[in-house]
Amino acid sequence: MFLPRPLVALPGPALHARGDAAHHSSENQYVTPVASDYVDDQILVASLRRGDEAAFAWLLDRYGASLQRLARSYVATAAAAEEAVQETWVAVITGIDRFEQRASLKTWLYRILINVARSKGVREHRSVPFASLADELDQDEPAVDPTRFVGAGDARAGSWAAPPVPWDEEPERRLLAAETLAVVEAAIATLPPHQARVLRLRDLEGWASPEVCNALDLSETNQRVLLHRARAKVRQALESHFEGSTP
Amino acid sequence: MIVSSVFRRSSRDYRCQQFVEAVTDYLEGAMRGRDRSRFEAHLRHCDGCEHYLAQLRRTIELTGHLGVDDVNALGPEARRQLVGAFRDFHAPRA
Repeated sequence: MFLPRPLVALPGPALHARGDAAHHSSENQYVTPVASDYVDDQILVASLRRGDEAAFAWLLDRYGASLQRLARSYVATAAAAEEAVQETWVAVITGIDRFEQRASLKTWLYRILINVARSKGVREHRSVPFASLADELDQDEPAVDPTRFVGAGDARAGSWAAPPVPWDEEPERRLLAAETLAVVEAAIATLPPHQARVLRLRDLEGWASPEVCNALDLSETNQRVLLHRARAKVRQALESHFEGSTP
Repeated sequence: MIVSSVFRRSSRDYRCQQFVEAVTDYLEGAMRGRDRSRFEAHLRHCDGCEHYLAQLRRTIELTGHLGVDDVNALGPEARRQLVGAFRDFHAPRA
């Protein structure tokens, strides 16, 4: 389940080239890399600059769905998100020569997408108020409903009044059932946009914290606050689901 | 309310409501020294918080299962067009 999406099948000669050879190839003796070589940024960038179509196709297939999901959190419609993704790819085609490789190609790619999608979003939202990062951070959002704890005035104030019960008793198949995953998806869909982006990149795409801070221009602390609130809400949705009640 | 000063609080005074707000700092490795030992001391004697932490780990794991079955969001036609645009861009000028 945790395997990355399958690599795009490369046509003909690319499959016969040896991966190792690509690492040692000089400018004159360029050996077409195999798909597994593209995980190396140096090889991928060099391949894209040379016009290696298989490298570009690999990039499209690897990041296409993920870019689409992220774009969706900035704009109102799926069509606008698609447009943002297309514009991003065009920017990659025309801009790869100017990419300075100070960040990873992935970070560069997502930064383009975010800039494109954000400006589209700003245009769309011209008349509609939407939550800024500051608004989101200013909200006082406890991770757990305060009524679950013993109230002030009691010696046990702040201790669980209604403690969580283990989910271990849920059979594995129920935990991973489509229905359970749909609950997670629905919970993410209702998150404020900044929380949703951080959660998606961290827990769904599996990015490391510095990558997310860099791509979304967030401080470590703000990223952690957003992640904390987002995870707490998804947990709450799952708890309600397993208890058969509604939040 | 708890009368003792903040500075004199022992791990016993560390309450579940504080614990649930500190969980992400803990999981992110952003908790050091005293904060970390108080958190871990609380975790050792509180079943409710132990379950909470386990649930949160499960939540993270389940979120990781989303999207892995996603088909490529790009339609075959759009994909063909983009690969074509890439090819054209790199085509030697006549």
